[in-house]
Amino acid sequence: MSKRDRMSGNEAVAIAMKQINPDVMGAFPITPSTEIPQYYSQYIANGEVDTEFVAVESEHSAMSVCMGAAAAGARAVTATSSAGLAYMWELLYVAASQRLPITMAVVNRALTGPININNDHSDSMGARDSGWIQIYAESNQEVYDNYIQAMPISETIRLPIMVCQDGFITSHGVSNIELMEDEEVKEFVGEYEPDNYLLKHDNPLAVGPYGISPYYMEAKRSQAQAMKDAMPVIMDVAKRFEKVTGRKYGFFEEYMIDDADVALVVIGSSAGTGKEAVDRLRAEGKRVGLIKLRVFRPFPRQQLAEAMLKVKAVAIMDKAESFSNSGGPLFSEARSSLYDLPNKPYCINYIYGLGGRDITVEDYYEIFNDLFIIHDTDDPGDIYRYVGVRDSRYGERGFDHRKYED
Amino acid sequence: MAKRLNEAVEIRWHGRGGQGAKTACLLLADCAFNSGKHVQGFPEYGPERQGAPITAYNRITDEHYKVHSNIYKPDYVVVVDETLLKSVDVTSGLKDSGALIINTKKSPEEIRRIVGYEGRIGVIDAEKISMETLGRNFPNTPMLAAVVKVSKVIDQKKFVDDMQESFEHKFRRKPQLIEGNMKALVKALEEVKVG
Repeated sequence: MSKRDRMSGNEAVAIAMKQINPDVMGAFPITPSTEIPQYYSQYIANGEVDTEFVAVESEHSAMSVCMGAAAAGARAVTATSSAGLAYMWELLYVAASQRLPITMAVVNRALTGPININNDHSDSMGARDSGWIQIYAESNQEVYDNYIQAMPISETIRLPIMVCQDGFITSHGVSNIELMEDEEVKEFVGEYEPDNYLLKHDNPLAVGPYGISPYYMEAKRSQAQAMKDAMPVIMDVAKRFEKVTGRKYGFFEEYMIDDADVALVVIGSSAGTGKEAVDRLRAEGKRVGLIKLRVFRPFPRQQLAEAMLKVKAVAIMDKAESFSNSGGPLFSEARSSLYDLPNKPYCINYIYGLGGRDITVEDYYEIFNDLFIIHDTDDPGDIYRYVGVRDSRYGERGFDHRKYED
Repeated sequence: MAKRLNEAVEIRWHGRGGQGAKTACLLLADCAFNSGKHVQGFPEYGPERQGAPITAYNRITDEHYKVHSNIYKPDYVVVVDETLLKSVDVTSGLKDSGALIINTKKSPEEIRRIVGYEGRIGVIDAEKISMETLGRNFPNTPMLAAVVKVSKVIDQKKFVDDMQESFEHKFRRKPQLIEGNMKALVKALEEVKVG
């Protein structure tokens, strides 16, 4: 049974947390994730849950609280954004190396410089090498569904997990949602019974000792193995979730891709806008498709490459700039995954949506148009591009100044 | 295989920070949800300060709507504060088949001369209604009623019943506000003038 409701993405996370009732939450407020601890402290104050809420003075301490709690065998959660995530940086690596299954709601927001509160993926993409699993959502429904699936994944493989959603776009946007019954959620997520924990009487252990050279590399190798082993766990949890809710999840979603000539690869809420562009172009008889990546860590290299092989030209969309002079993080990894395969598609990279810059259905028409040119001419041109930016090289192409000027 | 396109009714709200345009936008989403629709209600955030121009958006559809961009070609535009006409191009992209709904003491003809919009213009003196019914200037409730009346996105009777319930819930600790808000709502439904 499900309950039809409407709410913001932040409230959806808070409701999922309430249904799970974790042992400990350590959190410090930062826009646009502030509402998550705000809603949750109301549930605590109302006596609806009995989570120990630790109001800390910084995100560094919020993550430290979660690590201490998780090491002691408790189920620990937090939420953050942008500079808050950056301030956790040191601890992100420690939590992953200590194999602590912490669940963190990341409400994606641009990193400062210049200061900006709006959405892009620079915060969590910056943390992509920290050893955390990362799952992204298109809609409020997916935000909720991913959060419910996160804990079973994280606790099975003993890696911390980030459940990411787009700041303001889903976090503050209200839309329809199907909620699971409380009992269904409790049964799905289950009780957390770790094999080992800090104060276990018959097997006490040390957490976080110095890793001397003869041991450090084995610790890193085992983390890498855990990330690899997370792949089947993510699929098993998704299958179990589909049995309960009927909603199907995987590493990514293929949208109208099987007979497509050209396609997009995109992460998060902008995939929805891209799907609408696909629908409208399909109505005109154009064979276009879209791949929405849900799981970025572990990176589903082989599966994604197989999906991209179905088309002749792919636009890989990055909502974060790596300043690498060779494309954004998704582009680098998605394109690299094709290297050993024959009949590779052309891959071009678009940097889009930085600091809340809007991307519209019309912007996607431009991108598909570019892909069809590459498809017809066999000339990829400049593979490292921007969309929706004022750029003297491209004039006003694809950019409507009226949108941004008062 | 091409899918049938899911047409959205798109509404853009212009207000000033602190006036409750965002709240009204989310209330409209609630009302449309209660009438069985799929909804989106979302504000556009910039540097937040009281009195600064703000924008909020609604999409109302029969099925789940996938687009997550802002709205540039709205069916309806709602202006909660008339002084915005001096600084914001409120009718930008507004479809001629739609309507502009504005909080003003002016007539539709006078507003048309200022904004030069060809479509329908609905005027409502939300300040007067709010002062008469609530004793304070909260333009939210009258504006919400005016939007429902002009756009017909929700059945009017269902809307009135839903709002009664919604106010009873929202103001359960301030019951004196329930009656005032319901009066403001009904009065606005009667007084909105379309030209």
